[in-house]
Amino acid sequence: MVQALVFWLLASVVVASAVMVIVARNPVHSVLWLILAFFNAAGLMISMGAEFLGMILVIVYVGAVAVLFLFVVMMLDIDFEKLRGGFVRNLPLALLVGLVIAAELVLVATAWQMGPLAPAALAAPVAAAPSLTNTQAIGTILYTDYLYAFQAAGLILLVAMIGAIVLTHRTRAGVKRQSVRAQQDRTPESAVSLARPPVGAGVDTEEGVR
Amino acid sequence: MIGWFQSVLGEGPGWFVGNLFFILAISLIVMFLMAMSTWVDRKVWAVMQLRKGPNVVGPFGLLQPFADGIKLFMKETILPSNANRGVFLIAPMITFILALAAWAVIPFGDGVVLADIDVGLLYLFAVSSLGVYGIIMSGWASNSKYPFLGGLRSAAQMVSYEVSIGLIIVCVVLYASSFNLSAIVLSQQGNILGLFNGHIFNPLLVPIAVMFFISALAETNRPPFDLPEAEAELVAGYQVEYSSMSFALFFLGEYMNIILMCALFALLFLGGWLPPVEWAPLYLFPGFLWFFLKVVLMFFVFAWVKAAVPRYRYDQLMRLGWKVFLPISLLWVVLISGWLVFTGHFSGGAS
Repeated sequence: MVQALVFWLLASVVVASAVMVIVARNPVHSVLWLILAFFNAAGLMISMGAEFLGMILVIVYVGAVAVLFLFVVMMLDIDFEKLRGGFVRNLPLALLVGLVIAAELVLVATAWQMGPLAPAALAAPVAAAPSLTNTQAIGTILYTDYLYAFQAAGLILLVAMIGAIVLTHRTRAGVKRQSVRAQQDRTPESAVSLARPPVGAGVDTEEGVR
Repeated sequence: MIGWFQSVLGEGPGWFVGNLFFILAISLIVMFLMAMSTWVDRKVWAVMQLRKGPNVVGPFGLLQPFADGIKLFMKETILPSNANRGVFLIAPMITFILALAAWAVIPFGDGVVLADIDVGLLYLFAVSSLGVYGIIMSGWASNSKYPFLGGLRSAAQMVSYEVSIGLIIVCVVLYASSFNLSAIVLSQQGNILGLFNGHIFNPLLVPIAVMFFISALAETNRPPFDLPEAEAELVAGYQVEYSSMSFALFFLGEYMNIILMCALFALLFLGGWLPPVEWAPLYLFPGFLWFFLKVVLMFFVFAWVKAAVPRYRYDQLMRLGWKVFLPISLLWVVLISGWLVFTGHFSGGAS
């Protein structure tokens, strides 16, 4: 009973906040609603016994990815009036796209449910191991059965990361960088010189005493 | 303890009332400790700067935190007219609630823990990574320049240091083969030839412990990493527009996070509730006493650092996080897992 109650509570909050992501006028509010949706989805995972996945969802998506979303959206200079202006003009196109996606979702779900594959796919691919904790079970499957796929996914992500850095990196001329090594190697001998200029004469920092 | 409530009130209600009792007890103790910790903090700084510190309200100034609390409570709550009202009000609550919620999985003694979950350490990590939202939301919702700059700085800083904290946690988890905090503490028993309790006595883990401590300073926005509220350039960062109780919630949350990080250090590296030396008479002292002493020791070090070290520059902070801590902690994960496989640590272990 309690579990059903928790499920409906979390599920309804997920759906409501997902709706608010679209409806909210302020983009920052949208991101905050999205974070609430993530958070409650993690709650759903935990209530189903997948506590490792739930925690990882909170750590990775809520704790890191969504912070960057928020970071970017907060710094955007958005004209709200302009944003709302195109609503009616773009409505038919948006409805069409939404309809296509909804139809595809329904088709995929029904085809998967009714198709010949369903009984095999619905059964758990790996027998439940009650003696193992969640984390150990995921680790065992990931690093023994699917090791190569896992490594390949990691490599693809690495390539994507390097690609993103290479594409956005630009070298500008005239940028002053600090070399920590040079700063720490500075000693009074190399940096300080005592000057005793005669009265009326200045000290030129470039050439020492004039 | 929950079993006692269940025997009196029946299965379901007893569980509910028992947990509620524990939640209240932990919250009250943590908030009391937090109040006292501000006093300890100020006294330690005072001694290091040859001052007297708070010494007027109550004996040794012990009631100073309560006087400060009452003062904050009596002040007027000011809502800036251009602030984003909802987000502005929710932000300090998020900071405070998350700081309290993290204590649910901390084991205060052998089996003295509210929620003894399998992924306790991940839960703590998740809650501390959520803590950034209180700051970034307050910075944005204040609709003012200094808070915004402070919020952005803080977000970048906390996300950066979480990466190295995550890798450091992996090192400890490798030793314990578990995310459960009680199991992590127990795995530290008899560490070096059965003499000491605590990973800090393991030479392989000492650099990791030092890095964890420095990352914890950055994660809690403590000096020398208090750039989000650097008085000299940002007035007080994200707290500028807050007053009265909403400010107090930030202040409370910040100190509770500091104590939480001290507790986490004690659990991960100092052996939690176990006595530091594996010697039978030391076990006569109750476990929570050892835990408390370790937390107080770590808190003293936090205060010491604040009194002794000047603030970092922002680019130095980022360089330290990404170019120094991240490579070293990554290297150490490889090193430690290699060492553990080499010594056959996992062959007789859990899985």
